[in-house]
Amino acid sequence: MNNTDIKRITPKNITDKEFFYGHKACAGCGGSIAVRLALKVLGERTFAVLPAGCMSAVGFIFPQMAFVNNAIISTFPGSASMASGVSVGARALGLKDYKTVVFAGDGGTADIGLQALSGAIDRNEDIIYVCYDNEAYMNTGIQKSGLTPFGTKTTTTPAGKNIHGAQSFKKNMFEIMAAHEIAYAATASIGYPQDYIDKINRAKHTKGTSFIHVYASCPTGWGIPTETTVQIAKEAVDSGLFYLAEYQNRKFKLNKNPKSFFSAKDYLLKQARFKHLTDDDINIIEQQRDEKWEYMREHWK
Amino acid sequence: MNRPKVQKYVRPKHIDDYPVGPQFTAGHLSETNAAWRTFRPIIDKDLCINCLRCYIVCPDGVIFKSENKVDVDYDYCKGCGVCAYECPVDAIKMVKEELL
Ligand SMILES: Cc1ncc(C[n+]2csc(CCOP(=O)(O)OP(=O)(O)O)c2C)c(N)n1
Ligand code: SF4
Ligand code: SF4
Ligand code: SF4
Ligand SMILES: [Mg+2]
Repeated sequence: MNNTDIKRITPKNITDKEFFYGHKACAGCGGSIAVRLALKVLGERTFAVLPAGCMSAVGFIFPQMAFVNNAIISTFPGSASMASGVSVGARALGLKDYKTVVFAGDGGTADIGLQALSGAIDRNEDIIYVCYDNEAYMNTGIQKSGLTPFGTKTTTTPAGKNIHGAQSFKKNMFEIMAAHEIAYAATASIGYPQDYIDKINRAKHTKGTSFIHVYASCPTGWGIPTETTVQIAKEAVDSGLFYLAEYQNRKFKLNKNPKSFFSAKDYLLKQARFKHLTDDDINIIEQQRDEKWEYMREHWK
Repeated sequence: MNRPKVQKYVRPKHIDDYPVGPQFTAGHLSETNAAWRTFRPIIDKDLCINCLRCYIVCPDGVIFKSENKVDVDYDYCKGCGVCAYECPVDAIKMVKEELL
């Protein structure tokens, strides 16, 4: 397997075709950027599988069918199983030169779909699994998921006088995937679109299972102006609260290792979901970030 | 422009007109999204350096390469303002839509 020396896809040579068009996502939706760009990289001969979540809810509103390629809605916990079936089924029919991709939310991945995903990686199915992470169950009105970070105000983790939003930290999905010795795994952010395009392209040229965890802002659930959706996803990376990394052949690689961080406080306090955080809360977040970076810098050269 | 066009949706009149299962033609669009928009992105072609940043980051994929740099499919632009915010040379202005 060699997915590193492949022709780079750039804004100049990426296909003019759109495969996610006329959808009903909120204005400025980050998840739709993740889905749209991935499909432009993967191309027309791609089967997309989507569990319940915003991207299926906004993509299939009969008779408005926003997916131009073949796409199907799976059960909530079963997107990786359905993608496995699609992938081997197409092979059994003699199809060549096709891809199978999942677009699932953070809830559909880190909580509900984890078992099926683990099984698919174990069997090394030839699928690409993209988790667009908006850090909560957005389609049902902002409930906490396993990928909701500490301090986030959601409808199930309200910010009150005593408890300031979610009290647990983000589940470590990327390393959980890597622990399966998956063929290829990466984290990405819609704030760094070229890096995301490169990683989807690498997944496209990987034999076996690939997992891409893409940070995808949600203006509606985060309480940010619609025009800042890409900028905020960039600041999440620049402040060190999200990181860009890859895993392949039992090795981790940190793609971006900033000398100094953009202010986490600035990043947090411009979002309604973090407005209530005190300096003490922000200290906890920064301390957790610094511990993580110390580990990554030492072990993921 | 390489994208699906709006098609008139005809309501099924007879049971035979319904799809046989829960599936339908991919890329079939029955309506536009233009009515969502409060602000309209207007590209100043003299300022535009054709960097394609707006084309890449538009959540709706409505910015397309044209003979003269880039243009917008206003049938599907929701007016989110991401393109204007991300443009490195401020070539895009968001202008309030007026009721005609
Ligand atoms: C088995 C099942 N349980 C619950 C639901 C309700 N439901 C639909 S979408 C959704 C939220 C999905 O959250 P996430 O996976 O993070 O995707 P997002 O909506 O944030 O894009 C929920 C709980 C469902 N459709 N099926
Ligand atoms: S709620 Fe958030 S993720 Fe869902 S469509 Fe709206 S902006 Fe996108
Ligand atoms: S305003 Fe939003 S939807 Fe319209 S062209 Fe700009 S980025 Fe695309
Ligand atoms: S981002 Fe600005 S300069 Fe770049 S192509 Fe778009 S309008 Fe032109
Ligand atoms: Mg979510």
